[in-house]
Amino acid sequence: MKKNGVNMIKISAKNVDVFYGKKQALFNINLDIEENQVTALIGPSGCGKSTFLRCLNRMNDVIDICKVQGEIVINDFNINDKGCDVVRLREKIGMVFQKPNPFPKTLYENISYGPSIHGMAQSKQEMDEIVEISLKKAALWEEVKDRLHEPGTGLSGGQQQRLCIARAISVQPEVILMDEPCSALDPIATAQIEELIDELKKEHTIIIVTHSMAQAARVSQRTGFFHLGELIEHGLTDKIFKNPDNTKTQDYITGRFG
Amino acid sequence: MNKNKEKLLAKRYSSEKRFQFLGKSAIFMALLFLAFFIFKIFSTGYTAFQKTWLIVPVNFDVETMYLDANPSKEDLEDADYFEISLQSMFNLDKNANEKQQNELKKMVSYFFEREIKQELINDPSLLGKTKEIYLTASDDLDQVFKGNYPRDLPEKQRRVTDYQLKIFDQLVEQGKVESKFNLSFFTYPDSREAELAGIASSFMGSIFSILVCLAIAFPVAVLAAIYLEEFAPKNRFTDFIEVNINNLAAVPSIVFGLLGLGILLAVFQLPRSTPLVGGITLSLMTLPTIIIACRASLKAVPPSIREAALAMGASRMQTTMHHTVPLSMPGTLSGTIIGLAQALGETAPLILIGMVAFVNTIPGSPMDPAASLPVQIYIWAESAERGFVEKVSACIMVLLGFLIIMNLFAQIIRHKFEKKWS
Ligand SMILES: Nc1ncnc2c1ncn2[C@@H]1O[C@H](COP(=O)(O)OP(=O)(O)OP(=O)(O)O)[C@@H](O)[C@H]1O
Ligand SMILES: [Mg+2]
Repeated sequence: MKKNGVNMIKISAKNVDVFYGKKQALFNINLDIEENQVTALIGPSGCGKSTFLRCLNRMNDVIDICKVQGEIVINDFNINDKGCDVVRLREKIGMVFQKPNPFPKTLYENISYGPSIHGMAQSKQEMDEIVEISLKKAALWEEVKDRLHEPGTGLSGGQQQRLCIARAISVQPEVILMDEPCSALDPIATAQIEELIDELKKEHTIIIVTHSMAQAARVSQRTGFFHLGELIEHGLTDKIFKNPDNTKTQDYITGRFG
Repeated sequence: MNKNKEKLLAKRYSSEKRFQFLGKSAIFMALLFLAFFIFKIFSTGYTAFQKTWLIVPVNFDVETMYLDANPSKEDLEDADYFEISLQSMFNLDKNANEKQQNELKKMVSYFFEREIKQELINDPSLLGKTKEIYLTASDDLDQVFKGNYPRDLPEKQRRVTDYQLKIFDQLVEQGKVESKFNLSFFTYPDSREAELAGIASSFMGSIFSILVCLAIAFPVAVLAAIYLEEFAPKNRFTDFIEVNINNLAAVPSIVFGLLGLGILLAVFQLPRSTPLVGGITLSLMTLPTIIIACRASLKAVPPSIREAALAMGASRMQTTMHHTVPLSMPGTLSGTIIGLAQALGETAPLILIGMVAFVNTIPGSPMDPAASLPVQIYIWAESAERGFVEKVSACIMVLLGFLIIMNLFAQIIRHKFEKKWS
């Protein structure tokens, strides 16, 4: 893969436009995402962060009126090509949603669902292992190991969100997309998730949408700032927060609008 | 100023009180009607579960029956029971003249010869002996014994004669009249004679119709609902279909009966009066109900569950089958039960496709002619004989019982599903 400075480029968005019906939500986005880094997407509400995130695993396909144009290259392959297999793509690109959304099934079934539909375990034993490893990586194992067969909806909000993260990493995705994963959580649960993100970036590439500047500064190495459907500025988090090129970025970060 | 406020407050309180009173009296009225209805049905219907028997000595005389001393089984089958049956009734009053003998004969059901025959076939050792045998009383005497018959009417306006009443009263005095549980109400098909009429034919007809209806309507409706809700593109055409499904649910049931008559019977030449045709007709009626219930419960599944499954790399088919459909099942099932309950109580379309015909056999399959419970109620309610009045109520009770059991069943299924899914 191409190099950009020190890190490999994992995802490269080129001239991406998104329309909801006649209304354009994203304008000519060009953004490279580096491998094994945490990239934060920030910007005022309604600026298109979620829309962009959902382009990366083609979740926008679900919305009838949504049309995506341009190229999104992952592993040298344009996922907007007709030949792209969405199922395989989503196996590689996991997603964690804003509101925890475990399946109304047992904890075990929540984690084993992905591996089982993708045929990743040959035996019950292998599946048990996958479940255990996923839960351990999501820092949830100790809390739930005795009640794997209880409903996942019976957990607390923070536990549910970690369950969703465990579910996402159970299929060993290369990239994990997170859309405001902490917005429904208290500070302690948030701290746990942030710690987790730091840990996960060793094996996965992470893109996180957040409304908390502090969170973006804490967990990310790179940051992209969106405004009214345009990518205003992107680069190293340090630089964006300390010395942005664009005055809009400056204003947003310092809380003067948004 | 302060006074004004107090006035307003008092007004508000009293208007709330008035409203509560009105609400409570509305509920009270509704309960009253329900209680009256149930009381009426039960008080007229419960006697139908009892049946009156006359205990009459029968002499199984070998010669009168044209039998040898040691008859084979076939001989017993072919023997002449008419004479001994008549004789045993005539023996109730040895001095009866011809007219009175005729009246004696009519004190029991026309089935009495068969009842006597059955007794001997069950126990051939009775041959040549005399035994007291239970014979079904005629429907009018049955009503007399149950106290439902006005004895003080002038004889001309009664169907039981003074002579019959006299003999009957003698029998009662001798303890030769007995009331027992009316099993034949459940095991006999319909009959022109009230004392022999049962609901077996219409009950089985209803069961077969419902099964046919379920077997057709449920899969078709669920598939249609899933396709429309989860897969079909949202455009003018699917909107048009949606509107028409809702319209279909409002079509009067008799129209479906006409459809069954015009298409199933006339074009496809399916057998008339059968639960097969009845079930298909009812399924047309039930279809929109189930589709609407299923779509509503599919809609109620939170989109976040679908997104979660899709984001895990499940295909649309997998998302639907693994997550959405199981979660929508409780709602779908209760909609199905409601649809079936409607179908169970439906009369008009069944009358049109001929399930109102007099059927005195019990159907063994959906292809045999049958009635159905509501149609049976209709037929009996039309009959003039007093004996059918209690049968109508009893049949309504059975129908209500059937509905209650169905609802319980639905509740149990719902409960099980819900436990599993949340
Ligand atoms: N399903 C949809 N149908 C129509 N328009 C939509 C849809 N989803 C989003 N939009 C529009 O697209 C624009 C971008 O929305 P998006 O959800 O990407 O914003 P966001 O940056 O994630 O906002 P937030 O921070 O509030 O989550 C908004 O103007 C929104 O109204
Ligand atoms: Mg968003």
